[in-house]
Amino acid sequence: MPDPERPDDLLRKADDLTPKERLSLPKQPMPERAPEERRRSQEEVPLGFDEVHAMLEACRCLECKAKPCVAGCPVGVDIPGFIRLVRKGDFAGAIAKIRECNCLPAVTGRVCPQETQCQLHCTIAKARKDPEEAVSIGRLERFVADWEREHHARRVEPSAPPTGKRVAIVGSGPAGLSAAGDLVRLGHEVTVFEAFHKMGGVLVYGIPEFRLPKEIVQEEVDGLAAQGVSFEPNVVIGQTVTVDELLEEEGYDAVFLGTGAGLPMFLEIPGEHLIGVYSANEYLTRANLMQAYAFPKVDTPVVKADRVAVVGGGNVAMDAARTALRLGAGEVTLIYRRSRAEMPARAEEIHHAEEEGVRFLLLTNPVEILGDERGRVRGVRCLRMELGEPDASGRRRPVPVPGSEFDVPAELVIEAIGNGPNPLATSTTPGLETDRKGRIVVDPASGKTSKRGVFAGGDVVLGAATVILAMGEGRKAARAIHDYLTTGQW
Amino acid sequence: MNRVLRRVELADRIVQLDVEAPLIAKKRRPGQFVIVRVVEGGERIPLTIADADPEEGSVTLVVQVVGKTTTLLSHLAPGDSILDLAGPLGRPTHIERCGTVAVVAGGIGVAPLYPIAKALAEVGNSLVGVLGARTRALVVWEDRLVSVCDELVVTTDDGTYGRAGRVTDALAEIASRRRLDLVVAIGPPVMMKAVSELTMPMQIPTVVSLNPIMVDGTGMCGGCRVLVGGQNRFVCVEGPEFDGHQVDFDNLIARLNAYKEYEQESLRSLAEGHRFAEGSCRLSEEVRRAGS
Repeated sequence: MPDPERPDDLLRKADDLTPKERLSLPKQPMPERAPEERRRSQEEVPLGFDEVHAMLEACRCLECKAKPCVAGCPVGVDIPGFIRLVRKGDFAGAIAKIRECNCLPAVTGRVCPQETQCQLHCTIAKARKDPEEAVSIGRLERFVADWEREHHARRVEPSAPPTGKRVAIVGSGPAGLSAAGDLVRLGHEVTVFEAFHKMGGVLVYGIPEFRLPKEIVQEEVDGLAAQGVSFEPNVVIGQTVTVDELLEEEGYDAVFLGTGAGLPMFLEIPGEHLIGVYSANEYLTRANLMQAYAFPKVDTPVVKADRVAVVGGGNVAMDAARTALRLGAGEVTLIYRRSRAEMPARAEEIHHAEEEGVRFLLLTNPVEILGDERGRVRGVRCLRMELGEPDASGRRRPVPVPGSEFDVPAELVIEAIGNGPNPLATSTTPGLETDRKGRIVVDPASGKTSKRGVFAGGDVVLGAATVILAMGEGRKAARAIHDYLTTGQW
Repeated sequence: MNRVLRRVELADRIVQLDVEAPLIAKKRRPGQFVIVRVVEGGERIPLTIADADPEEGSVTLVVQVVGKTTTLLSHLAPGDSILDLAGPLGRPTHIERCGTVAVVAGGIGVAPLYPIAKALAEVGNSLVGVLGARTRALVVWEDRLVSVCDELVVTTDDGTYGRAGRVTDALAEIASRRRLDLVVAIGPPVMMKAVSELTMPMQIPTVVSLNPIMVDGTGMCGGCRVLVGGQNRFVCVEGPEFDGHQVDFDNLIARLNAYKEYEQESLRSLAEGHRFAEGSCRLSEEVRRAGS
């Protein structure tokens, strides 16, 4: 048995390790910035593996024939294949292997919930009866993507000969970028239309810098541009140009709608119009896309407050709470109406938020936002809750405890309670079927909508979901668009 | 892209910019707006489209200098470009023939009002206009508005031009002698509030166009929400026009002032940059450089 304390020795023998030996290797820890250092900084929290730690972690993979991890990946990355190349030190080969299925590895390596996808199915985790012990697939993916960027090793992959077909992608978020990447390689002419001035959708307006540096998103976009994708910012499809006009006047043969879940919900309680109440979308857009943390060097401000209350228990709530700390808040309280077990956020995000000092007020429901005489927020009136019978989502329903009102002092309230689909493109496209919640209805196997030549995917179909699910939808639709364009069959 | 074709100084701190934007010029209808960002690091602000020339491929924006972004805009010269321009956004005005319509403008509210008035006149309504300003020098686009109205009353608060008084005084006088089927009022929120309060007991349907603080202008952030009939409404996708009798103007006014201190800070930093620059008029040059 090689000594795990002596990496050179171990890596030399890596090809000959027995499954039992691999199983016994310890999981490599991910270095992180200390909570005290990072809570005021926009710098990324996890620092990433170095080459040796990546190779050591890769040695843990059993490279099992059944590849259960691949079945857990929405875009179907050959996970044991790329990990094997990492183990051998062939990082260029590893990133090429990932890029066969995933055009945004530096992004997904950071924001994918691997613990509920690929890593959930890892044989090592099962053998050790601990999901935490799975091979760190996401961290390895991030490592090779960062290695590629730092070594300027990005290759423009050969595209198929031009087909002469033109595809319009509406929205530059993960679904749109993923579809664009696949379609351009298949030889189609691809244009991505974005309503904002910057490409990336939720990757630039929603996910904070400290979780996903914007430079990385820009480089992925630049990579797609080098591959031949055209990008058109400041075009609001449905307003500037309609979907029908794209198809009938602008000469596009197919349209992919990946417009996302961009319509924030509010609690609809008294006091929501006070100054200092934001949707998480607005707060994060000001902080991320508009870089309000640099005000007055940039022109977009965000209300600064010492005490901040964030309502919600998902990843967006964690992002908002941690952003508030970085904008100078002294005390950030996260208010969630169920218990910790029901929180939809990733365990890692909850853990990071707690480490940085976010206070969790669980089983608590806001009923009113309180204001001062100047119309500014001074606090949130809440009710305590207890868990009753399971509801439709299978989670135990929170029930108010009568007479349990209490006030949480705060000068800023951020509501992170979900988003509906953005209606601008759907409401201006006759013949496009949507459901009761405004989501576009599609054939789940192909992303085909009720309108010929129009496909859709991502949050506008799924409701608010994850980056990788949106990417999976984009890929699926790209295959169906390719079929449609080459066969003419709807 | 987004090149300034013409710049007209309409009054002190009020500038008209005709901007090259062929897609928007073709598409826009009365009542709609654009979102602009002037420089890297700049804010996104909404501006109503005051007019458009689809043949030239241009839209007209009227800018009143109030903060940093409008200062930067007002310094753009022909040939400069606006960094980002997106639109047309919002719902167009509902235009129908209903009889006699009073179109009431406060200050540069005349800019967004003019295309609506023109469209209302084109479908056969008879228009009576009221154009109010603080003082004579701030009366702009009187020529345009008069061209679509049967009758136009100009008011100034200080009596230096037209009738002395407020637009509501003139509107009350008109309503006493003419039957009004609709009032469209655009201007500062206090003025739209006063008009709505005047017309409510008279039961004259009243449309107002709201201009709250926005970030994206596409429904994404909810920052522009207003209370209309007690309900949350997003001005960017459900407006900008609403029933004036239902709008909670006090809340709109409070929310418009939410960033006052920050705006002052922004302006101060702009002015300081100006002071530290060499020479007396580096500002416009810097702005031009940043904008191109």
